Amino acid sequence: MTAVQERSPMPQEREANPAMDAPDRPIGYGRVQRKEDPRFVRGKGRYLDDIVLPGMLHGAILRSPMAHARIVSIDTTEALAHPKVHAVVTGKDLEGLNLAWAPTLSADVQAVLATDKVRFQGQEVAFVVAEDRYSARDALELIDVEYEDLPPVVDVRRALDADAPVIRDDLEGRTDNHIFDWEAGDAAETEVVFARADVVVSEEVVYPRVHPAPMETCGAIADYEPVEGRLTLYETSQAPHAHRTLFAMVAGIPEHKIRVVSPDIGGGFGNKVGIYPGYILAVVGSIVTGKPVKWVEDRSENLMSTSFARDYIMRGEVAATREGKILAVRTKVLADHGAFNATAQPTKYPAGFFSIFTGSYDLQAAHCSVTGVYTNKAPGGVAYACSFRVTEAVYLVERMVDVLAAELGMDPAELRLRNFIKPEQFPYKNKTGWEYDSGDYEPALRMAMEQIGYDELRREQAEKRGRGELMGIGVSFFTETVGAGPRKHMDIVGLGMADGAEVRVHPTGKAVVRLSVQTQGQGHETTFAQILAEELGIPPEDVDVVHGDTDQTPFGLGTYGSRSTPVSGGAVALAARKVKDKARLIAAAMLETRPEDLEWEKGRWSVKGDPSAGKTMAEIALGAHGTVELPEGVDGNLDAEVTYDPPNLTFPFGAYICVVDVDPGTGKVHVRRFVAVDDCGTRINPMIVEGQIHGGLADGVGMALMEFIGFDEQGNCLGGSFMDYLIPTAMEVPDWETGYTVTPSPHHPIGAKGIGESATVGSPPAVVNAVVDALAPFGIRHMDMPCTPARVWEAMQGRPTPPI
Amino acid sequence: MQVTMTVNGAEVTRDVEPRQLLVHFLRETLGLTGTHWGCDTSNCGTCVVLVDGLPVKSCTQLAAMTSGHEVRTVEGLAGGAGLDPVQQGFMAEHGLQCGFCTPGMMLTARALLDRDPDPDEATIREAISGQICRCTGYATIVRSVRWAAEHPAAAATDQEVTA
Repeated sequence: MTAVQERSPMPQEREANPAMDAPDRPIGYGRVQRKEDPRFVRGKGRYLDDIVLPGMLHGAILRSPMAHARIVSIDTTEALAHPKVHAVVTGKDLEGLNLAWAPTLSADVQAVLATDKVRFQGQEVAFVVAEDRYSARDALELIDVEYEDLPPVVDVRRALDADAPVIRDDLEGRTDNHIFDWEAGDAAETEVVFARADVVVSEEVVYPRVHPAPMETCGAIADYEPVEGRLTLYETSQAPHAHRTLFAMVAGIPEHKIRVVSPDIGGGFGNKVGIYPGYILAVVGSIVTGKPVKWVEDRSENLMSTSFARDYIMRGEVAATREGKILAVRTKVLADHGAFNATAQPTKYPAGFFSIFTGSYDLQAAHCSVTGVYTNKAPGGVAYACSFRVTEAVYLVERMVDVLAAELGMDPAELRLRNFIKPEQFPYKNKTGWEYDSGDYEPALRMAMEQIGYDELRREQAEKRGRGELMGIGVSFFTETVGAGPRKHMDIVGLGMADGAEVRVHPTGKAVVRLSVQTQGQGHETTFAQILAEELGIPPEDVDVVHGDTDQTPFGLGTYGSRSTPVSGGAVALAARKVKDKARLIAAAMLETRPEDLEWEKGRWSVKGDPSAGKTMAEIALGAHGTVELPEGVDGNLDAEVTYDPPNLTFPFGAYICVVDVDPGTGKVHVRRFVAVDDCGTRINPMIVEGQIHGGLADGVGMALMEFIGFDEQGNCLGGSFMDYLIPTAMEVPDWETGYTVTPSPHHPIGAKGIGESATVGSPPAVVNAVVDALAPFGIRHMDMPCTPARVWEAMQGRPTPPI
Repeated sequence: MQVTMTVNGAEVTRDVEPRQLLVHFLRETLGLTGTHWGCDTSNCGTCVVLVDGLPVKSCTQLAAMTSGHEVRTVEGLAGGAGLDPVQQGFMAEHGLQCGFCTPGMMLTARALLDRDPDPDEATIREAISGQICRCTGYATIVRSVRWAAEHPAAAATDQEVTA
């Protein structure tokens, strides 16, 4: 494996833009404007709620005001009497259809509508279908539910107490709130290393519950046609094919009679991976009323009931030598999964890829154990651009490395540089079983340090400390693990994590790519056209990208965990290469020569030694569909289909440095600068890559400083609106400064690694490390997110408290 | 009740429920779905339209309150000469990803540039601070607005816009 190093030429400046300045657009990789933008800037996107079907009715969900209560009775008489109401559905009605409970993505079941009791505030209790959305909401007020209060389990640390109320008494024989224990690494070996280490640091690190909160909430429109038994389901879905298969399993409608359409998606970030009760209720509503039914959640429903993220309490420990050689890491985690285990993880990984918590360091031993428990909170547990719990892992290790640096009195950047996995050690097998494909860490961190002026900032900080000013510099270095499968190791509800692409070159040389993955803003229509363009040498504007419709696209598991480019991107490249190979055979027939006498120059097969004799892709495409006599075994088309089963994950990485100033009077944190140097291997469209990074950096500032789904003692959700769940605006984030290195993945067809979640994973520790660094004069070496002014001020008074 | 207002230059008269929000009037009664809805609390700003030239969150205003006023939505941003420089700027500088907040952001930007044709970064950030974007991290939105400020009479096309 040769790692190619490229550097951004002028780190302090924005990326050069030759593509935009050139008279011709690049054929292949490079900065090109997005193909999807012309419709969006005109307001002509077609999001779920923009779709209106003839005769369509509107659904609304009555939700539980209680976190834990027995349902004594539900009276729907008055709601049914509303003149515009067509149906009211309760859990009892669903029991009759065997639909009251639905399987989750983690081998549990989840109530579609509560039958016996409610288990979190915001849980679905009844569904109203009415002629318009206002009437549906009016009718919710007319439903009378009598509840009998039960004590809730809110504090996850008490969930396994012997006297804790049993939340899941619906499950036969269930006597506690325990879901799973899972571990990775070697506990005994790790203990040996810890026992002989000079230095051991330990800290409880909480990654609180947060929410992806895309600007478009979740929703569905179900259109059931009873004569042929066909269901067309429009959904805000990141995984339309997986949803279709699951709907076939849940609803009993044969899979070939279900069409799932995922239109333009207004942001996903993992929130649109799961199947929520509202989607199923829209289907029930359509079957019951015989009309299309639309259900779109409001913002409070989104924040209170759909997939939350994180909620990990982690006891982290690091063993090291006095000289700063990190020897081993270990952690015990308590994971709050809410009332139903609905987390979307590969089956063998109930804690996702958390065991990558060994980070970017060459260690002698590592061990982690994770215990998942039920609480009376909303279910979910993976969403928010975390790459299957990699964000928790990176936050833990990067926070703990800083704790170690404080203990040793060593600069945190220097400590990281001393412990990196070396370039010659790749592919690197870590102590929990991952094989890192490629990496060259030191240049990335050195570039970030140079770009931000690290040494100068440290001098400034020392001066300011002398004057009582609070300035912090936070470093984080992350290694991501993205692009799941391989399918033999990774599946979701038995579906192997591979993804597909179909390529068809039309007779005129224009092409279509059909994808199993689904964009939510990442620019797939552009990026995938560029991959095909690079491989076949046809302009990206001549390539149409089709996605989001199960009738139009090959099967695959969908877009999450930064999978699209690593998996479907691989599929597109390999399908294109099949097309290219076939084009050679056809060109040889057209030129009346042998295929081996032809050579490829971008977009054209020509005769070796006689470049004037050749055929372009467009000419070959016409030949394929024309009257040329084709060699035996060659079909008359230029089509190919590939389902790409990745041999391994890819391991993007990056170095982030954040500078903050903390107001000593109020505890308010101001993010002054943020430098991000990322390496995602091959960069297909640098503009889109950078955009993905920017978005994730804002997420990191949000989680570190503002975002938090809290609960009171009764289990009332305290983050149920944008008044309470605070998301950064343009005022809270700086102008991002970015740089990059390029270390291609050696096993990926185009060397690409995926970039969608790198910044969301890598940035929270940089911000928190900066805040803690600023607070070092107070003797603080750890505080938990979110670092709100009140919490920072408390920490300055010597009262740092976990958020849960 | 009946309301009459000017929407994107054309007068419209419709019967509405008195409680109907302007955002629903635009989206559902008029079918102008470029204006989006994203929260219940006037925090997100995906519903921003211009009322008499000023940015207004259309979820905070009733259709009835808008009677007699002039509304401009994203559908009315492009004029006879083609796309507004703001629309071109958002494409040129990657000011959008999922596109959901984009109409509101662009209308706020248009109102800002109408009163301040050459705003600096801090002014732009403050102007859009009532609106949330979950995708871009805002820097490219700021650059998009600056692009529009620097190209006030940009060529009316959505073909490749040169920087």
